Amino acid sequence: MILSHLLFSSLGQITTDLLLRVLFLDDYNTRVVVLGVMVLGLAGGVVGGYMLLRKHALLGDALSHSTLPGIAAAFMVMASFGGSGKSLPGLLLGATITGSAGVGCVMLIRRYTRLKEDAALGIVLSVFFGFGIVLMGFVQRMKAGSAAGIETFIYGKTAAMLASDAQLIALVALICVGLCALLYKELKILSFDPAYTATQGWPVLLLDGLMMAMVIGVTVVGLQAVGLILVIAMLIIPAASARFWTHRLGRMLVLSAVIGALSGWMGASISALLPRMPAGAIIVMVAAGAFVISLFFGQQRGVVARWVRYVQLQRQVGLQNLLRTCFELVETRQLQHDEDGHPRIPFNMLLEAKSWSPRYLRRLLKRADHDELLNTLPQAVIELTDTGMVEARRQAREHRLWELYLITHADIAASHVDRGADMIEHVLGTEMVLQLEKLLEQQSHPVVPATPHRI
Amino acid sequence: MLWTSFDTWIVVLGALSAMACALLGNFLVLRRMSMMGDAISHAVLPGLAVAFLVTDSRASLPMFVGAVIVGIITALLVQFLSRFGKVDEGASMGVVFTTLFALGLILIRRAADQVDLDVNCVLYGDLNYAAAAMVRIGPFRVPEAAVILGIVLTINLLFVVLFFKELRISSFDPELATTQGFNAGALHYVLMTLVAVTAVASFDVIGNILVVAMMVAPAAAAHLLTDRLGSMVVVSLIIAAISAAIGHVGATIVPQYLGFSGTSSAGAMAAATGLIFIAAVLFGPRRGVTSRMWHRLQLSLRIAQEDLLSGLYRQEERGVAKVPASGAPSLTQWLVRRRLLQQEAIERVDGHFALTPRGRKVASRLLRSHRLWETYLVDQAALRADQTHKTAEQLEHLTDAALQQRLALDIATPTHDPQGKMIPPE
Repeated sequence: MILSHLLFSSLGQITTDLLLRVLFLDDYNTRVVVLGVMVLGLAGGVVGGYMLLRKHALLGDALSHSTLPGIAAAFMVMASFGGSGKSLPGLLLGATITGSAGVGCVMLIRRYTRLKEDAALGIVLSVFFGFGIVLMGFVQRMKAGSAAGIETFIYGKTAAMLASDAQLIALVALICVGLCALLYKELKILSFDPAYTATQGWPVLLLDGLMMAMVIGVTVVGLQAVGLILVIAMLIIPAASARFWTHRLGRMLVLSAVIGALSGWMGASISALLPRMPAGAIIVMVAAGAFVISLFFGQQRGVVARWVRYVQLQRQVGLQNLLRTCFELVETRQLQHDEDGHPRIPFNMLLEAKSWSPRYLRRLLKRADHDELLNTLPQAVIELTDTGMVEARRQAREHRLWELYLITHADIAASHVDRGADMIEHVLGTEMVLQLEKLLEQQSHPVVPATPHRI
Repeated sequence: MLWTSFDTWIVVLGALSAMACALLGNFLVLRRMSMMGDAISHAVLPGLAVAFLVTDSRASLPMFVGAVIVGIITALLVQFLSRFGKVDEGASMGVVFTTLFALGLILIRRAADQVDLDVNCVLYGDLNYAAAAMVRIGPFRVPEAAVILGIVLTINLLFVVLFFKELRISSFDPELATTQGFNAGALHYVLMTLVAVTAVASFDVIGNILVVAMMVAPAAAAHLLTDRLGSMVVVSLIIAAISAAIGHVGATIVPQYLGFSGTSSAGAMAAATGLIFIAAVLFGPRRGVTSRMWHRLQLSLRIAQEDLLSGLYRQEERGVAKVPASGAPSLTQWLVRRRLLQQEAIERVDGHFALTPRGRKVASRLLRSHRLWETYLVDQAALRADQTHKTAEQLEHLTDAALQQRLALDIATPTHDPQGKMIPPE
């Protein structure tokens, strides 16, 4: 409650006038900030997409922390040469240098020691940041000039973004997106299979270096906008969100860029509308909202979509098992038939055949009835329809073909094949069945081979 | 500057938190979850803010509980995202901790008029404040933080000692752990809880980035120095304590010589672990870069020596002039000659090098290996005689007496190689 009060208490203060002014970017300041962070979100989305696929998602974390000593050292150097110490290009150059050194150290540690990527990242980010704090300690005690502006690199100062900052972001974003478009094919193959890329003669090291350079670029210009910690989010969250929606790289990158840009726009707008809303943090929260939505409702890998697919598969497997059991009962028991030769199977006989619970079996039967595979008759008896009989025959046939295959070609004992066949039969395609038939030379089509074990 | 009891307490506090972190860090590094410490220590920010707002005080206990709860939630969320959301593990950490950190920033900013909570205290900690806030325990006055960190360190020690076997198995082989009949998942969550507790207890002293440094760097350095888990744990604790001492000295005393007035001790402690880690990478006894380079150098020198000896032997066979001892040799050649002269394997005979009886013995053994290999490769591997020289040249350096005997037996103890040269007898 306190949380919601804190987060939403001043919503009432928003007037229509203010809303419109922010939405249509009437104020010069708002315009600069909104456009700046949108472009940053876009570039972060594209570059972050590649990083995610190369499983380097947290590299941005190590990188952004390792820019701190560079910023502090640049300040010290510039101040001791008589400058103000706060010239932006100088500070960003320092950040770029130690940021690159940090990334380089991660690579070196992975290459020359037996430590894995996680330890390399942890060491680099904390040790570089530690050095940064040490240097900041000196900076704050220096006589020459105030170092007050440097702290903004850690938390960002989105609301105070200048037009020149936004232009710098736009320039870096343009270069990154342009490079990604030009080298789309090369970076794509690199993201999925670096070893194959190397064997095809692509300069893997150069491409990797280029990718790192883009990440460094985005991180360094993002530092000022959203701060050292939250810039990590701009590289990870949009990409991770986009991954839920599609399996195609192009679409994922576009989506990731859109999510990044939208988060930037909404975050900056909200922060302009409400008092005391740090823009960087709001942008991250908006992106996190997009992530949660994608996590659940993403089309390809979202939790709901995967759950639906799982339930459908379970349902299909259940039906197929039911039909196969029906066929086995028809085969082995003396059953009544109706005048057209449709077999009738008592409910209890089915119940005894497998370890189904009565409730589950009733649900299966209802579903099968709905699919017109069988008719439920009074007195707990079911009667297979024509389609039902064909399907049942097919299921039994596929199951036994697979069993025979396992026995003859995979050397599995007859008593052990049932379970293995049980799991694979539901996913056998028509082509696979044809191939199995060929292998087993069971050409006469409608025949169901005899079961290799006692049912 | 004088060293006072205040400085001692700073080192003690730094060492206690560093050791508490390093102890758990061993298992994070081995389980490839080093970044979990980073994620948890950033993510506790909203927990602190909410605890502060709810209780309206900066009392340590509610803040502690709030932060630990959020820390555990972080671990659960990361696990949930990577398992049920199929998100890459690094990415799920990144998503969770940046989001929680952002939430914490917003809460603190929104409640700025009620909250006197500085984000800096989370990022950097305040060693000076912690070392000055004393409580009385019996006859002693000690910093409150030292008591808390001492308790945390003891809990961690107990955990590691009591569950050492389980931790070892589950760190190296989680599947084996499951088949051994104990719950590796439960152990994981206990570990994560302790990581959260340790991070929270440490960060207002040394700051959360230093927490990460102490969780990863000492354990990683120890991992490079030893091959046994027990000694790795001990070494990491020593490194952690030493870094704390070096860090404080480096932050307060060294800068004075450079004309500065001192800097953040916590930052310098992180830097010190980094330096120790670099030293371990470079000078580790078996896996260090220099020791591997040294071994490679030794090997290449030995091969060059052996090549020189067998070259001299071949020239003796042919009866041609010896290697002239004049002229400027390459550095390797100079080293090789010097060492062989010292070993009295070669000698200078009027401006030339010649084999001594001792050198001749070594050279004839080498040549025997070489020619036996050539014969073997032609006889048994069906190579052409002119293809065998290069392979034999490499194998001769690796052939010991036993292998030589075996070779001779396999090819029925010949006297001449395929080129018709004599194989020196044993």
